[in-house]
Amino acid sequence: MTDEKLPPMMATDDPVDDEDDDIFSSTIDDLSSLRNEELFASLATVPPPLTNISLNEGSSTLLESDVPLNNDHKEVQQMTSKNVISNGFEEEINSKENDTPSASEEINQVEDIPNVSINNMNFENIENGFIKISISETTKVGEGMSSYVAYRIVTRSNMTMFKTNNMAVLRRFSDFLGLHNKLTEKYLRNGRLIPPAPQKNMLGSTRIKISGNQSDQATSAEFIEKRRLALERFLKRIALHPILRNDKSFADFLEQDCELPKATSTSALSGAGVMRLFNKVGETVNKITYKMDENEPWFEEKEVQIENLDLQLRNLHGAVEVLVINRKELAHSSGSFAKSAAVLSNCEEHTGLSRALSQLADVFEKVESVRTEQANTDFSIFCELLKDYIGLIGAVKNVFHERVKVYQNMQHAQMILTKKREQKTKLELTGRLDKVGFVTNEVSEWESKLSRCQDEFDQISKTIKVEFEQFEINRIKEFKMVISSYLEEMINHQTLIIKHWQAFIPEAKAIA
Amino acid sequence: MLSDEFDVEENNSQSDILNEGSNSENVDLSDNSLQVVISDALSEKDRVKFTVLSKTTLPDFQRSEFSVVRQHEEFIWLHDQFEENEDYAGFIIPPAPPRPDFDSSREKLQKLGEGEGTMTKEEFLKMKKELEAEYLATFKKTVAMHEMFLSRLAQHPVFRYDTNFRVFLEYDQDLAVRTKNKKELFEEIMKSLSKTTDEYLLSATVRDVNDFFEQEKNFLIDYYGHLKDATMKSDKMVNKHKDVADCYIKISSCLVQLSTFDHRELDWFLNRFSETLEKLRKVEGRVASDEDLKLSDTLRYYVGDSFAAKRLLYRRLRCLANYETANRNLEKARAKNKDVHAAQEVYDAEATQQISCEKFEVMSDKGKEELIDFKARRVSTFNKNLLELAEWEIKHAQHQIDILKTSLEMINSEEKKSTLNIELARRYQGSNCFNLFMSMNLNNLFVSFN
Repeated sequence: MTDEKLPPMMATDDPVDDEDDDIFSSTIDDLSSLRNEELFASLATVPPPLTNISLNEGSSTLLESDVPLNNDHKEVQQMTSKNVISNGFEEEINSKENDTPSASEEINQVEDIPNVSINNMNFENIENGFIKISISETTKVGEGMSSYVAYRIVTRSNMTMFKTNNMAVLRRFSDFLGLHNKLTEKYLRNGRLIPPAPQKNMLGSTRIKISGNQSDQATSAEFIEKRRLALERFLKRIALHPILRNDKSFADFLEQDCELPKATSTSALSGAGVMRLFNKVGETVNKITYKMDENEPWFEEKEVQIENLDLQLRNLHGAVEVLVINRKELAHSSGSFAKSAAVLSNCEEHTGLSRALSQLADVFEKVESVRTEQANTDFSIFCELLKDYIGLIGAVKNVFHERVKVYQNMQHAQMILTKKREQKTKLELTGRLDKVGFVTNEVSEWESKLSRCQDEFDQISKTIKVEFEQFEINRIKEFKMVISSYLEEMINHQTLIIKHWQAFIPEAKAIA
Repeated sequence: MLSDEFDVEENNSQSDILNEGSNSENVDLSDNSLQVVISDALSEKDRVKFTVLSKTTLPDFQRSEFSVVRQHEEFIWLHDQFEENEDYAGFIIPPAPPRPDFDSSREKLQKLGEGEGTMTKEEFLKMKKELEAEYLATFKKTVAMHEMFLSRLAQHPVFRYDTNFRVFLEYDQDLAVRTKNKKELFEEIMKSLSKTTDEYLLSATVRDVNDFFEQEKNFLIDYYGHLKDATMKSDKMVNKHKDVADCYIKISSCLVQLSTFDHRELDWFLNRFSETLEKLRKVEGRVASDEDLKLSDTLRYYVGDSFAAKRLLYRRLRCLANYETANRNLEKARAKNKDVHAAQEVYDAEATQQISCEKFEVMSDKGKEELIDFKARRVSTFNKNLLELAEWEIKHAQHQIDILKTSLEMINSEEKKSTLNIELARRYQGSNCFNLFMSMNLNNLFVSFN
């Protein structure tokens, strides 16, 4: 660490870097001011694994924005070695939690009673300040239209803000949305990137409620499984965030073993929902109509980049979705060919050929399952990654917009202040001294308001920069990791295909 | 380069299918006394002209080597001539080649043209190339099917001496075969309709005395149906596989686009990924085309062949029915002319009965031979093609694994390099600063010294 501290000390004479230096030191102020004292105190006892803290330590004197980036990079690597950020495939945890039978192996037993056997503790794996979250199973609670699906969230952590190391709670989907709302209310104004919660899906959830027959249950089980993974990723993203993970409501969400107050405002049909809709419409109009004159090239550049990224990711997502659909159909048609081949083999007279054909049917049945598996991989690894990032980019846009709103406030304050000042000079000129005192008060009031706005604006700009860098680092990491694991999965599939066909070769040879 | 190499392979395997049937059919006839190949084919608008080249040592032909230009309709005409010739009733007539069908390719091309605006130029070119390759493959396949039809005729111990066949091969003018006009088409439909009803009627009324044929009939009817079903399914599968391969084009082009906008660190990575997908696409496409060639086409050919075998059985049954009618007529004639000696009627009936009987017997013998032959041919073709299919599948899967492994290795090594670079940069920076520090210290010393 010492040689990292060295460069900034030396380089302070460099005038070019002064600006950045400034930014970072004040960011740190902002960060530490944001965190409550007791949390900080509690964390300080633990060697800091997280970016904000290390920023606090090291970067008050850092000179180049690249250096904290690298610094972050290292931390993220550290973090990822503990918390795998891939699409909820936390094999690590699974392997470590072998001793708890409710681990995610038995995912999605819809009709099962929740399994409460997380009492076994495994101390050897506990590292500093980690949160490991998995949604181990889902349960359908209730019957008919008032029924809902409860997700069992198993958390292991050694962070002192939790009372125990192992927690397990039951939460329903609206609770997740409630959590997201709470975090948004608290942190969006400060320019924090809140990971988006999974989308509501009226059709899917209603289908679960009224699902009766077998095929319906299969589709709804698939739906729940997809949602389970999405929610898991949502929680993991929060747990990865240096600020959000320390939030009280997040901790409550993971810890409190009672039902959370029902988040009414998340329901689409409630009054709050309608209000939200109006707000959204208003904001969208605002977004479209209001163009702030950007004075920071960084934001200008990033905004363009984000727009492009959004577009490209959407295109890619569409293409991958088509691939998933085609692959599924391919699997299906392989299956139906397998059936035809089986029928054909029944009717074939020649015994050798008949056997070979039935083997062929067998191979194609296996190939069908491999191809289904491929489609699932395409979806759950690749497609979901893109979808998540489309959502995250939406969050980035929201944050940018938040900054624009603060800017608007600032402009407003500026305008009023100018007006008041004009009024003051006018009054002074006309000599109506009795009113000058009142207006002077107003001017100073607005001056302080303006400076507060200014501060807020500066702060949000800085926070956004930090958040965005973090986002980019995470994104690059995650993309690389997910794509690598996608390629690995593909290798596995092809290996399976080879295995199946190799088993067929002796049969084919035995025909004649 | 790669695709070129593949085309050759495809060619080979096509001609493999081609020779397959004939080789196993008549092992003793490998004397090559009549060899027929299609040396060239030319696509003109919606008709294809095949150049049929023959080499022969048979004395029936005027020259030993000659070539003619024939169209698809002429092939059909030849097939019909064989079908209608009563002398060949006891043989399985090789199925007629399918009509050259480029509609689907053309349709796709049109669709592609319409969608040109929605995709990038690179993507468009790739799709177009893909379609052209598909078109070429269809074309080659069509040619191969026509050639197979001819070579089966040429290898057949009886068919090769057929006059019509000789004319077809030798007469270097247009055969003036026209496509059937509407009336004839209608007649054809009626005829085939009556044939089918006749078939059902016969199978219901006439009891076969021969167990072999009875069994064969039942088998073939089932077999034909199931084969047809399997062919349909495998066609569907192959088409879907092609679609999957095509999906990769879109994805990889999207990735390239993304990489141009994306973070510098991901740029390289996404490009590699897109390249990998591009390679995988080619392999997937080849898997699809090999499945098409080895599986669908084999099945399809035997749909035709088993249909031909079914027709043979029908003809035999018809013959049997004729024989039985002749028998009944004879009995009737005898009963009616009991008193009259040697009435003409009885003679006639006897003669007819005799002829029918002989005909039926000859036909049964021939038919039995042919059917056994059909079975042997089928088994060996399936044997060969299924084996090849499995081998190709394994090869392609292995190829995919290789591609994936190399790109993973590349990615991993790059990853290491980049982290190393960061480390190095950091160290470099550190040492740089240290140097600066040192030199400043030195400067200070210098200053103080001064």
